[in-house]
Amino acid sequence: MISAQGLSHSYRTRFGVVEAVRGVDLEVAEGEMVGFLGPNGAGKTTTVRMLTTLLTPDGGTATVAGHDVVRERAAVRRAIGYVGQSSGGTEHLVSDELRTQARLQGMTAADAAARAAELTVRFELDAFAGRPLSRLSGGQRRRVDLALGLVHRPAVLFLDEPSSGLDPQSRANLWDHLRGLRAEHGTTVFLTTHYLEEADQLCDRIVVIDGGRVIASDTAEALKSRIGGDVVTLETDRISDAATVVARLVPGCDLDTTPAGVQFHVAHAQRLLPELLRALDLADVALESVSVKRPTLDDVFLRLTGRSLREEGRPAPAPAPAPAAETAEAAAETAAEAETATETPNTEVTT
Amino acid sequence: MTTAATSWIIFRRSMRYTLRKPAWVVFGLVQPMLYLALFGPLLNRISQAPGFDGGNTWRVFVPGLLVQQGLFSAVFVGFGILSEIRSGTLDRMRISAAGESGLMLGRMLRDAVVLTAQAVLLTLGALVAGLRAPVGGVLAAFALVTVVGLAVAGLAYGLALTVRHEEAYGQLVNALMLPAMLLSGVLLPLALAPHWLSLLAKANPVSHVVTAERALFAGEFGSSDTLVGVAVAAALAVVAVWFAARAIRRSS
Ligand SMILES: Nc1ncnc2c1ncn2[C@@H]1O[C@H](COP(=O)(O)OP(=O)(O)O)[C@@H](O)[C@H]1O
Ligand SMILES: [Mg+2]
Repeated sequence: MISAQGLSHSYRTRFGVVEAVRGVDLEVAEGEMVGFLGPNGAGKTTTVRMLTTLLTPDGGTATVAGHDVVRERAAVRRAIGYVGQSSGGTEHLVSDELRTQARLQGMTAADAAARAAELTVRFELDAFAGRPLSRLSGGQRRRVDLALGLVHRPAVLFLDEPSSGLDPQSRANLWDHLRGLRAEHGTTVFLTTHYLEEADQLCDRIVVIDGGRVIASDTAEALKSRIGGDVVTLETDRISDAATVVARLVPGCDLDTTPAGVQFHVAHAQRLLPELLRALDLADVALESVSVKRPTLDDVFLRLTGRSLREEGRPAPAPAPAPAAETAEAAAETAAEAETATETPNTEVTT
Repeated sequence: MTTAATSWIIFRRSMRYTLRKPAWVVFGLVQPMLYLALFGPLLNRISQAPGFDGGNTWRVFVPGLLVQQGLFSAVFVGFGILSEIRSGTLDRMRISAAGESGLMLGRMLRDAVVLTAQAVLLTLGALVAGLRAPVGGVLAAFALVTVVGLAVAGLAYGLALTVRHEEAYGQLVNALMLPAMLLSGVLLPLALAPHWLSLLAKANPVSHVVTAERALFAGEFGSSDTLVGVAVAAALAVVAVWFAARAIRRSS
């Protein structure tokens, strides 16, 4: 559905050339939901704008829905849906915009009205269909944006930071809609995000971008398993006996002993747990607790780049250069966040 | 989809908005109405001056005011499209089956209609103030105003899409507007101008349009003044359509 080779783009500004995207390769299959994950300024928007024909690439080629994004611009534009980065919304009315967009997709007035009505129900827009887009809450506006991008039932949908600035409830609602879309129509979805959770929970596959380059592309599980598996911690008084059992059951697992017990790495720890608990029981090793910590995508990003992705719910940094003191503070904050993020266990089992 | 179909859809969308908020149209008339009420009467005493030909001074003043109103519309129009860029609306519309030129042309048509409506209201106001002019000529002058509206809107969209920034656009329009106005004789006829100034004014296309509007208000349909002015306005409109269409195709 989407295929790109060596896609690149530089912005020429007064202060010099910004190499925003430097040779991105992408393959997205039909019906896939792919998350394009990267920190602010990684080149996500630039890439999406090239794939949606809004920006002409400096280098490389790409086809979307079988059409070249430069040579067959009009065909690509007809085939895709595009929901841009969130914005203020227009003064035009929701119902009016839905119908206009449907007409612009070539529908007759009657079809456009019917489609607008259908989308109004589906995305629960009834309560504010008569209001201007500019007077909606963030979550309401996003639903309208999504409906506008879907009026012509596109086979491929591009979303740029769809849940940016949304409260958790609106975000969950948006995800439900996206999942429904895929389940019902098999729509291919390509979304950019800097939220780990979004990439993790919503997407079949994650393409990680940093500094204008793709640095990894895999399922969330596979990416996390690169970390060397889950972290299992056993709390017990009989440390050496526990260590013996673990070493027998999982040879070569990076076993560490701590004052309170033992800790080791293993892929798919969940599957190992029942057997491990039985073996420990048989060896008469009494446990205080067992915990399994899954590596997060942030661990993955940290491993790949040496930096942490910013965590949820933080506003994007201001584009204007900040005074040095503030920058240092912000960096310290980010570092602190990174620590909390890596320490937060995803799964914890206590016996 | 054809450009005509897209233009029609966009024209109607923009028109619905304008009709929902007619206050903006009226608001845009405050300034010219003030000119009409507070500047126009000053001219009555100088009806013997060159350019007025001893006739009804409103016949000279009002056509200039209509063209000035057209020039000023560039500000609203340009800021309008910049807000549609900023809100992502324009990009959303570009990703569709619609042609990009139609997205511009539909808006330009609305702007031309709004300007013409304002011209009608202003002229009605001028009638109250004392304007007397042949009906046929005034109607033809309105048609020329429509062409001016198209031209100004197209140039405004082209500029706004090129600079893409409210502040830069505002400054640019200011910088272009003042000489375009002063060198066109909108407020006082250029017959009052010294030789060098009238030469400069001749190089300004807007001055020919103002001259044609005045000729039409005097009922001169076939005069060379009218024909030149109409031709200049039409040429400007064609250039404007091309410029706006090119700007949206290139905008990123
Ligand atoms: N219009 C522009 N002019 C100059 N630089 C830009 C422009 N848009 C983006 N950039 C720069 O290009 C890089 C990538 O930006 P972007 O694609 O918007 O990243 P993301 O969407 O991942 O946050 C950033 O360094 C950004 O500052
Ligand atoms: Mg972005």
